[in-house]
Amino acid sequence: MNGAGLLVSTLDYLAWSPPGWGATLAVALGKSILIAIGAFGLGLLIGVAGAYGKLYGRPVTRDLLGIYTTIVRAVPELVLILILYFAVTSSLNNLLLAWGFERVQISGFAAGIAVLGVVQGAYATEILRGAILSVPPGQIEAARAMGMPPLMLAWRVTFPQMLAAAIPGLANLWLIATKDTALLAVVGYAELTLVTRQAASTTKAFFTFFMAAGLLYLVISILSTLIFARIEAWARRGQVRRAGT
Amino acid sequence: MKFKSLIAAALLLASPVAAQEVKIGIAAEAYPPFASPDASGNWVGWEVDFINAMCAAAEMQCVITPVAWDGIIPSLTSGQIDVIMASMSITEERKQTIDFSDKYYNTPTVIVGAKGVEMAPTAEGLAGKIIGVQASTVHAAYVEQYFAPTAAEIKIYQTQDEANQDLAAGRIDAIQADSIAMDAFLASEAGAACCELKGPVADDPAILGLGVGAGVRKGEDALREKINAAIAKVIADGTYDKITANYFASSIYGG
Repeated sequence: MNGAGLLVSTLDYLAWSPPGWGATLAVALGKSILIAIGAFGLGLLIGVAGAYGKLYGRPVTRDLLGIYTTIVRAVPELVLILILYFAVTSSLNNLLLAWGFERVQISGFAAGIAVLGVVQGAYATEILRGAILSVPPGQIEAARAMGMPPLMLAWRVTFPQMLAAAIPGLANLWLIATKDTALLAVVGYAELTLVTRQAASTTKAFFTFFMAAGLLYLVISILSTLIFARIEAWARRGQVRRAGT
Repeated sequence: MKFKSLIAAALLLASPVAAQEVKIGIAAEAYPPFASPDASGNWVGWEVDFINAMCAAAEMQCVITPVAWDGIIPSLTSGQIDVIMASMSITEERKQTIDFSDKYYNTPTVIVGAKGVEMAPTAEGLAGKIIGVQASTVHAAYVEQYFAPTAAEIKIYQTQDEANQDLAAGRIDAIQADSIAMDAFLASEAGAACCELKGPVADDPAILGLGVGAGVRKGEDALREKINAAIAKVIADGTYDKITANYFASSIYGG
């Protein structure tokens, strides 16, 4: 078999319908993206709450949040996933059984969003905290002096101005989220990386499938960069344009 | 109040187990001819057919759930799955953590090595060689016990397939694995080109186990008895032989 023939025959494995693995890979890609979106969304919620807690919370709240961001940013995501998927599920089920309830099964999907969301939350907390601090304190004091309630202050003064500072960091976080989904392969969740490995080992076309997966991740990354650039341009509307922005 | 609603939300995400649904855990890796994914992502192979036949005989509603092989026992004990049917040998060590059904197949353990390289399936015959095995298997335990003192190196792989690939690529000298998995490898294009059977290793039931059984959580005797009855029924009514004939030349039930 010559080189060109080999290339064509392995590219056939990427066809949409069997014996091609295209549709299976697409489903796995969809699962990866859904988990990334869920984790990023959960991370944003935790991040907003965490940033406000760290800046304006009571000492105990601040300490607890400090412990949370320190531990989560220190422990590898892989270890956190294994802890949540195996250790936490096991103890939760033991508790439920002891209280006379039925055992629950946490799906790989839910576990993935929960773990990656908690990890993303820790990083988002720090990004948003820095972004809030970049809002001139005089404006916040002025808003308070006008008698603005805290939520209105956040919505009208802090949020619009901190967004511009937060978007680049959040864009990075999103890209990390899309790639961290690959870690769920360790619990056997059929996301893109695991399906790619299965496809490659079944067909022995390792190069073809790993290149295809790499390209898919690259496409996600390029599309995300474009979208975040638009969002950042929107968040910076009205600001003086400087080189490099 | 907030805490309670959080718990409620978490329980919604984690679906409660339906009364009759039994989750059969298989390893999320290609292990032909027992279980491997096809191009549409469905699992096929001897073991998959056997699981379906057994579930039909036990009148259980089974859901085949792929989980990572190295986490398959924690998946069972933590309740992600209800039964392990992933070509898992019944061993004393595993029995300390989980219970096993009766065996449903049993095949000899063999050494496969590079063609033309002088070696034998004994400690002396493998002295100075690099041996590859799959992690958390009876073969890993066996190699560690018998061959590690004299071999050059023992390389541990996450999947059998990776060990096979490295043998074909010449990074290791030999692999130890189940004879049927090795027959399938040697029948493949890559396997036939590089390697040959070097023979079965000496048996040690304490390590190599008593055949392959279905794993269940300790104390779930009702489920275990149900599976035992179903295995016996599948063998007695000829379904077992019918499934085996689709994949193998002779019976793999073993002595």
